[in-house]
Amino acid sequence: MADKVLTANRLSDGISVWLDAAGNWNEHLQDAFVARHKEAVDALEATGKQAFADNKVVDVNVVDVEEIDGVLRPLRMRERIRAEGPSIAYAAGYSGLTATAAPAA
Amino acid sequence: MYRYDEFDHAFVSDRVEQFRDQVARRLSGELAEDAFKPLRLMNGVYLQLHAYMLRVAIPYGTLSGRQMRKLAYVARKYDRGYGHFTTRQNIQYNWPKLSELPDALADLATVEMHAIQTSGNCIRNVTADHFAGAAADEVADPRPYAEILRQWSSVHPEFSFLPRKFKIAVTGAERDRAAIQVHDIGLHLKKNEKGEIGFAVYVGGGQGRTPMIAKKIRDFLPKQDLLSYTTAIMRVYNLHGRRDNKYKARIKILVHETGVEELSRQVEAEFAELRDTELKLPERDVAAISAYFAPPELGSRAEGWANLAQWKKADPEFARWVQNNVQPHKHPDYGMVTISLKPIGGIPGDATDTQMEAVADIAEEYAFDEIRVSHEQNLILPHVALADLEPVYRGLVAAGLATANAGLITDIIACPGLDYCALANARSIPVAQELSTRFGSPERQAEIGELKIKISGCINACGHHHVGHIGLLGVEKKGEELYQITLGGSGDENTSIGEIIGRGFEPEKVTDAVEVIVNTYLGLRLDPSEVFLDAYRRVGPQPFKDALYGDKTAAAA
Repeated sequence: MADKVLTANRLSDGISVWLDAAGNWNEHLQDAFVARHKEAVDALEATGKQAFADNKVVDVNVVDVEEIDGVLRPLRMRERIRAEGPSIAYAAGYSGLTATAAPAA
Repeated sequence: MYRYDEFDHAFVSDRVEQFRDQVARRLSGELAEDAFKPLRLMNGVYLQLHAYMLRVAIPYGTLSGRQMRKLAYVARKYDRGYGHFTTRQNIQYNWPKLSELPDALADLATVEMHAIQTSGNCIRNVTADHFAGAAADEVADPRPYAEILRQWSSVHPEFSFLPRKFKIAVTGAERDRAAIQVHDIGLHLKKNEKGEIGFAVYVGGGQGRTPMIAKKIRDFLPKQDLLSYTTAIMRVYNLHGRRDNKYKARIKILVHETGVEELSRQVEAEFAELRDTELKLPERDVAAISAYFAPPELGSRAEGWANLAQWKKADPEFARWVQNNVQPHKHPDYGMVTISLKPIGGIPGDATDTQMEAVADIAEEYAFDEIRVSHEQNLILPHVALADLEPVYRGLVAAGLATANAGLITDIIACPGLDYCALANARSIPVAQELSTRFGSPERQAEIGELKIKISGCINACGHHHVGHIGLLGVEKKGEELYQITLGGSGDENTSIGEIIGRGFEPEKVTDAVEVIVNTYLGLRLDPSEVFLDAYRRVGPQPFKDALYGDKTAAAA
């Protein structure tokens, strides 16, 4: 079984988030809680369902990751881009993601 | 330009307040996602990979400076300082917060803009030739009819829950710049032998996973019958279009499965019932709406000819820009300027807030306050005196908007792809950037001539790859990106769907593959006047297959 993390988009602003070990929705994949066996995955899925029902997040999914030298890397390109942001610099003149990024939840 | 009447103002404002209430109830938990999703989609709000996305309609692609300035303001206040102009004359914002969207829509409503019907199974933003009202080859301005269709289709109770989305495009010239044959309904405004205005009507075109070229079901529909005939088509589609399978629900499938003769018979039978009802367009209404689109007073500016010759001589960069980005206007002292949103190595269709404001400034000072958005993801100043081209150019240079590549190989259409889009399987933008960089030298582009590359990151074909002279379709294969190449597509009056040339290419090989295709073309064209599409139509795919794959078995794999 591949390692798994729980991801979603925050309801209020749509920003991609991952469930961390403290049970918070965190903007950083690297802080995500990693499920490595079936019981842990079941717990992730249950947490995701509840968070969706509680209107905290939308588009909840459990996704496959691998851990290489302590760094989490989603297996699918789609999830890597969700985690890292667009793979391109934004429009010419844009001053950079960090300048306008929302503070961490 | 069309101005909202009291009804329009009240309607759009009410809609914003309605959505504000819906968002508040969603955020409080009173509305569940399943209930809210169709409501947000009706207001142009999607959920993408990283955030919500707001798609704002620019009806028939026409904007004033004031409206463009508001788009810039929305980009700055509610987004991250930029917007993306799409292939359907819309603008998309990639990072708005749901909680702030009602305010963004309220701001847009102050300049008569909204996001209604930019999503959902309804009649979407009606698109038109971006040179409408200015082109030398135009029979009549298509925008009054696009506006009539917009008014008629807005929250039309009968057509708000169609089997699938529905797209209408209108062109007013023989040269089709609105790609009408790949729309659900394509309208070609023309004159009959008596000099009367009407439409050739095409039905059932579209791209996506089943690309189809529209079939002509009427040679000449008198203009007063526009709404009754369109209603007849919609009724036949609404009744018989498939609702059992999303992928077979577009009218193109109905036309294909029913046969054009039978479908046409059904439409004509419905039309016979509707023809002389309240849907018949009164001449005074057509005249009243046409008056909104009256061209500006274009005075004689004959001095521009001499100025232009001097400026071109003095500045080869300016001369190149004029050659590629300025088209003849119906008034000989004026030109139509294409503002390329395709900087070399840049993101097709993106513009920053300051760039949008620069365009608004230039339009207000030199272009009668008119701006257009093209389905090729560029901006247009439709009326610029030749005598003003030099200051317009200087302003565009200062804003980083003077790339001289309209219609050339670096004028690439690309959908947002996997960098933003939740539906995408592969990235589009980085592929466009690498191609643009590879072919970016002005001399190389001039040598290659007219060549349209169009890139989609999934089979939904928002990047119009089926009608690219060279089309690239990104797919996901074993978790990695792969790009399928089609050749020979075209979205003009001689529309054709590109043919898949062979097995796909990995991201790091796709630019080389396109270069092989381009070099093959350069080697086989009869002379530089034979553009890529003409050469392809003459020789067919084989020389390109041979060049790409070496032998025929590989190409078939």
